[in-house]
Parts: sequence; C-alpha cells; structure tokens
Amino acid sequence: MEKALVIRRNLIIALILLIGSALLFLFYKMGNSWEFAIRFRGIKVVAIIVVAGCVAFSSVTFQTLTNNRILTPSIMGFESLYLLIQTIIVFVYGDQTFKVLSHFSNFAISVSGMIIFSFLLYLMIYKKGKDNLYLLLLVGIILGTLFSSLSSFMQLLIDPNDFFIIQGKMFATFNKINNGLLWPSLTIMVIILFIGFRMSKYLDVLALGRDQAINLGLNYNRVVKFFLVFIAILVSVSTALVGPITFLGLLVTNLTYELFKTYKHSVIIIACFLVSAISLLLGQFIMERVFNLSVPISAIINIVGGFYFMYLLLRVKKL
Amino acid sequence: MIEVQEITKQYGDKVVLDKVGLQFNKGKITSLIGGNGAGKSTLLSVISRLLSQDGGVVLVDEKNVTEYKSKVLAQRLSILKQSNHVRLKLTVRELVSFGRFPYSQEKLNKEDILMVDRAIDFLNLKDIENSYIDELSGGQKQRAYMAMVVAQDTEYILLDEPLNNLDMKHSVQTMKIMRKLADELGKTIIIVLHDINFASHYSDYIVALKEGKIIYHDTTENIIREDVLRDVFDINIKICEFESKRICNYY
Amino acid sequence: MGVADITVADIINWDVEKISLISISRIPRTAALILAGVGMSVSGVIMQQMTQNKFVSPTTAGTLEAAKMGLLIFFIYTSAAGMALKLLSAFLFTFLASIVFLAIVRKIKHRNVIFVPLVGLMFGGIIGSISTFLAVRLNIVQDSNAWMMGDFSGILQGRYELIYLSLPAIVITYLYANKFTVIGMGEEFSKNLGLNYNSIMNIGLFCVSLTVSSVVITAGAIPFLGLIIPNVVSLIFGDNLKKTLPLVALTGAIFLLICDVFGRIIIYPYEVPIGVTVSIFGAIIFLFLLWKRR
Repeated sequence: MEKALVIRRNLIIALILLIGSALLFLFYKMGNSWEFAIRFRGIKVVAIIVVAGCVAFSSVTFQTLTNNRILTPSIMGFESLYLLIQTIIVFVYGDQTFKVLSHFSNFAISVSGMIIFSFLLYLMIYKKGKDNLYLLLLVGIILGTLFSSLSSFMQLLIDPNDFFIIQGKMFATFNKINNGLLWPSLTIMVIILFIGFRMSKYLDVLALGRDQAINLGLNYNRVVKFFLVFIAILVSVSTALVGPITFLGLLVTNLTYELFKTYKHSVIIIACFLVSAISLLLGQFIMERVFNLSVPISAIINIVGGFYFMYLLLRVKKL
Repeated sequence: MIEVQEITKQYGDKVVLDKVGLQFNKGKITSLIGGNGAGKSTLLSVISRLLSQDGGVVLVDEKNVTEYKSKVLAQRLSILKQSNHVRLKLTVRELVSFGRFPYSQEKLNKEDILMVDRAIDFLNLKDIENSYIDELSGGQKQRAYMAMVVAQDTEYILLDEPLNNLDMKHSVQTMKIMRKLADELGKTIIIVLHDINFASHYSDYIVALKEGKIIYHDTTENIIREDVLRDVFDINIKICEFESKRICNYY
Repeated sequence: MGVADITVADIINWDVEKISLISISRIPRTAALILAGVGMSVSGVIMQQMTQNKFVSPTTAGTLEAAKMGLLIFFIYTSAAGMALKLLSAFLFTFLASIVFLAIVRKIKHRNVIFVPLVGLMFGGIIGSISTFLAVRLNIVQDSNAWMMGDFSGILQGRYELIYLSLPAIVITYLYANKFTVIGMGEEFSKNLGLNYNSIMNIGLFCVSLTVSSVVITAGAIPFLGLIIPNVVSLIFGDNLKKTLPLVALTGAIFLLICDVFGRIIIYPYEVPIGVTVSIFGAIIFLFLLWKRR
C-alpha cells in the first residue's frame, strides 16, 4: 500500500533529521575543551530525549483519550502542584535547600507527590466512566488554581533572596540538569514507553470514541485508567527533571498529525517523539547560539504554543 | 437470545426505565417505538452495556452481560449509535476493518479480510472503499459504520435510529440490508425507529415503550392498528392498506 | 497594618483617634469588601448568561489574568502611580481578553459544557505565562504576586475609591439581566427578538471588565467568587434572574465578609490574605457543586 510506504519514508527522514540535529548540537564549535563540551552537551541531549519521549507519549495518549486536539495533560494540575512542592521546600529550608535536600530527593518527592495527586484525583472522580473524563480535568484545573494561590501566598513570605530558587523552577530549562536524575528518568521513560507502545492498538480503537470502543470489546474503564496512570508518571518525571513545559505537547502533537496522515498510534507516537526531539534540539541550539541563552526555551514554547492554541480554537474548520 | 429482566434506570427523580422485561425473538427484526423520552435509546444502551442500569439484569445467550469478557461479548453483540464525529484519517476500508478487532486485534488474517470484503460489498461501498471517512457525506459515513458492524459478524445487532441522517433512497437501502441480514444470515436485529412506517414495513415484531414501560410487544400486524398506535403516541393515526402493507397517516 | 481594639463605648465617647481609624480603615475596608463581593459575583452572572454556561467566570475565562497583564504592562511603561491610568490599562486588557474569549466560546459552544471553562482556564494560563515571563525579565515576580494577591488589609480612605466604579456596572446588570440572557442564545435569536446583539454584548463586557479591573486594582484578584456564588444561589433558588440577582449580590458580599473575618481571626494578630481563604473555600465549594451535579 502506497500510504504505508510514504509514512515509513517520512519516519526515516525524521530519524535522520534527529540524528543530524543531535550531532549538530553536540559538535558545533566545540572549542578546546571538547571532552567537557561533549559531556556537558551530551547530558542535555539525553535530557531532551527523555522530555521528548515523555511529552510525546503522554500528549498523544491524552488527546486520544479526551478525543480532543487542544488539551494537554499538564492542565490536570501537575505543574501547579510541582511549583507548590518546590515552594514549600524553599519555604521550609530557605537557603539551606540545596544542602539539606539532594537533587535526587527533591526529584523523588516531586514525582511521588504528583503521582499520588493523580491517583487521588482518579479515585475521587472516575467511578463509573461515562462523561467523567472532562470532570476529572475540571477538578484537576480547579485544584491547580488552588495550588497556585497557595504557592503565591507562600512565595510572598519567602525571603527575596531565596525566592530566586523558586523562580528558577518556574520555567523549564535544559541548562541545569542534574546527572543523577538523568538515568532514573530515562529508565522510567523507556519502561513506560515500551509497555505503552505495546498497547497502542487500544488507542486506535479509543480514538473512535467511547461507544465504539466498548462495542468493539474494549474494557473501557480499565484501559483508560491504565493510560491515565502512564500519563501521570511521564508528566511527573518530565516536570521534575526540567520544569513545567505546558504547551509543548500541544505544539508537537498537532505538528505530527499535520505531517503524518495516519490513524495508527504506533506510528504517531514514534513520529511525535522524533518531532519533539528535533524541535527541542534545534530550538535549544538556536537559543544557545543565536540568542545566547537569555530566554528560557519553555517561555518561547509557552508563548508560541499559546498563540497556536488560540489559532486552533478560532479557525473556521471544525475541531 | 437476548433477554432483559426488571431493568430500571433513573436520573435523579426521573425514571427512564421502569422494571422493563422482555425477550427478543431470534433471527427476526424487532423495532422499538415510542414517543420522545419513552426510554427506547436508553434501553438499547443498557442492553449493549454502553450504559449501566440501576436495577435488573441483561442476559445474552442466558449469560449475564456483566459476566462476559468484553472481547467475547463483542463477538456476539454489536451496537451502532448515532453517527460519530471522528476526525481521523481513516479510509472506509480501514474503518470497516475495525469491525474485526474483537477477533484479531488489528492483525488481520485471511478470514478477516474476506469478512471485510463481504461487508463492503453488502453495503455497496466498493467504489469508495479507499476514500477518507471525513470526506464522505453523512449517508456514506453511516453506511461505512454499518459495514463495520456487518464485518463484526455478530449474532445480535442493535441500531439506534440508524435512518436519521439518511435520505429516502438510503433509508430504504439500509432497511433492505437489515432484512437481508435477518433472512439470509439469521441475525437478530433490534432497531430503535421513530418513523412508524419503516417499522411497519420492515419489522417482524414491534415493542412499544411509553414513559419507561413496555406497553405492547407483538407481531407487526397486531401493533399497526389505530387503537394501539393512539395509545402509544397519543395521536390519531389513520391506517391504509396498500399492496398488502399498512401505511400510517398521522399528518 | 495595625490591629486595634475598638469598642462601641469608644464611639459613643467620641474617642477621636479610634473614630478616625474607623473612617480611614474600617469603613473603607468593609465597603470595599461588600463591593468586591457583589461586583465579582454579579460579573460571574453576566458571563454565565452571555455564554449559557454555568462554569464561566472571571477565573475560568482568563479575565483575572488579563487584568494582571494590564497592570504589568502599565508598570513597564510608567513608574507613575496614577490610579486612574492603572485602571485604564487593566480595563483595556480585560475588555480585549473578554472579547477574544467570547469569540472562542462561540466556536466551541456545541461541545461538552465542561469544555468551555477548560479552554478558558488554558486561555488564562497562556496570558498568565506571558505575564510571568515579563515579570521575570523585570525581576518583579514577587512584587507582582503581591499586587495580585487578593488582600483587603491595605484598603485606606483615599486609596480605594475606584472600586465604587463597579456600582454602575451592578446597576446596569440588574436592568439588562434578561437582555444578557437573550444574547446568550445567539445572534440570530437576538435579532429575532429585536435586540442589538453587538451593543448588548459590548455593554455586558464593559460592565464585567470595569468591575473586575476596579476590584483587582483596589484589592487584588479574588478567584472563584464569580463561579461559585451564582451556582450556589441557582442550586437553591433556581434561575429566575430578576429574583435571584439581588440574592447573588447579597450572598457574594456576605461570603466575602465571612472569609475576611476568618482570615483575620485564624492567625491573630496576623492576617491571611483573602485571596487564599477564598481560594480554599471556593475550591471546596466548587468541588462540592461538581459532585452534586453528578
């Protein structure tokens, strides 16, 4: 079938582009201390791969579950919770934060906190299926708003010098990644992606809507719960590793669907992964070399993503 | 055989289904008729486990619907509700192939491909089988979904107002296909219809619902009568016989 | 702000110092609380009527975030403290954001009713992240948080009068209540009934923007009020606007007063900003409302 060949060709092109971008990123203008440069940049590349994988899978899956291309999983309140946890930590420990709490412990606390939150959310709301997915989101967002208020309040009470610690966490950045966090993150991502990928055929059916999914023999509630758990884990890991990156998922999924006209999630997930990684690599490259790091990449992504979001909503075509 | 016992469903204070119980005749077409809000669609949703009831039991082939493994039930019973708004890049053939999911989970073997071919022919979709479904007209989309249900090859087929988006030609075509499925392949078909004339022409049995209760369940002949229909619809209906079929005039 | 004990005896005995405390701080504060409570709740009602959606409010439509952005932009361009200009800036941004939001709602109306506030919240999130980004560049994140934090402790005579601007908005809402409902049904429907769709819509948005901006400038952002008060009132008293609007206003004011007192008592003599108390109570009540809806 012609279509399958075209898709395979496009995937290969994307893969080549990815490798190309990675090499560019790693080796461009290395200067004298090339060993250091490679190690330093290599860490960023791995982090980008992790984030790309987490964002791609969780966003594509989330959009399929909600039958909707303009939502991203971060709206469920994860990012607000993350900031709240970070605020509490700085509030309690002040400038001793880094001495008392290792990066790894911080990471572990953040990830556990977010996952526990998601479980509570699902438990509370998701009793009998039906329309409850949207309800889940709304509750998540309300709680997210609550967390933001609490964070803002606590931030007022924090010493302005200590506040900078939190400010640094408000936007995702690939510049201050801790080695120790990389490998656990990568491992988790690989495991979840592997399992999730095997289940991608269920996503194909879920895309037809709840009624059809049940008609075709899916245990709807159970399958959706599984995917929600995967999403929670992936979003938590990515947020705890580099920070909140809200609209990236929105941008890359829509871009992927434009470039790859297929319904098969096995293809879309891989394609989205490649597209995310390439965008992040090239984006970060441009940020560093052209703009000299004065703007965190996530700020740009949020702004661009934000306008793209509005464009999606306001255009004439049906959603 | 599909049997429901004492099915109740309520939303808040409103009772939509009130201890509904009946058995559906095998290999025949049974239409569900009734006024708006009578409970027809709700009953269909409960039978197909799209909706869970508040009380009562649904039995398919003597086994409780909740005891079936989803996959197995999907091989016995299929349901088609109102047309879906799917924006996927799916061709007609790919959509129909989904009908085989309960059997082969996307890995189609020879038998599956044969069933898909058969379903596409049945619904006259051969010439558009490679078109994307988001480019089709409402009627064509409906037929594509119906082909999917045919490919699913279940003993029991449930349809919720399948003629709503169809013009006259396609409505007639659809009902003729339903007749073929029942007469030639022995399927048991349950359809919710709001057009009494289609029910009259094409069904073997009719179940009439009013305010969540079954008020009539009988052969078509015994239901298409002025007194019965007045009771069901609260409106006077004149019945004329034309070429040995009964036509209702309620205009 | 100093905490002082004033007794009725002091008033009767005309203790000058204490009386001036009342007129400079207590009365304005109470007036501001009432106006904010009434204003935000009523804004919520207008928005809900115009979008035919129970979950729309200044919190779930990006209105509050737009007001913040207005203040921020103002701060960037002038360090002057002109209250009126500040209000103008906040007002413009709020009005613009509301127009955009309404346009969005018209496109997505046919979807699930919960979808609209979801989108509104994301919309608010975009505006918010742009603002935060600007604030980071200017190094005023903590300060801008402070302005936006709903807080009535700084209300003093002479510095809060702008909030009275929300009064005309409230009156107009009462007079135009049914008209807002009609345009909520759509342009065609309104034309049919002889209403000028655009002008009524603009009036509604004008009222909301003016109210929200004046409250935000005077006392900061008070989330959830516009969302929960109208819903609670409608749950108990139904949807007849002419009848329930005064109730909404009353409930809004009382709720805010209670939150204020609570915030002042709980860690006496310190005070929890009202933004926090309302957030917490508001979230709880909202979750309860959602649960009830099932």
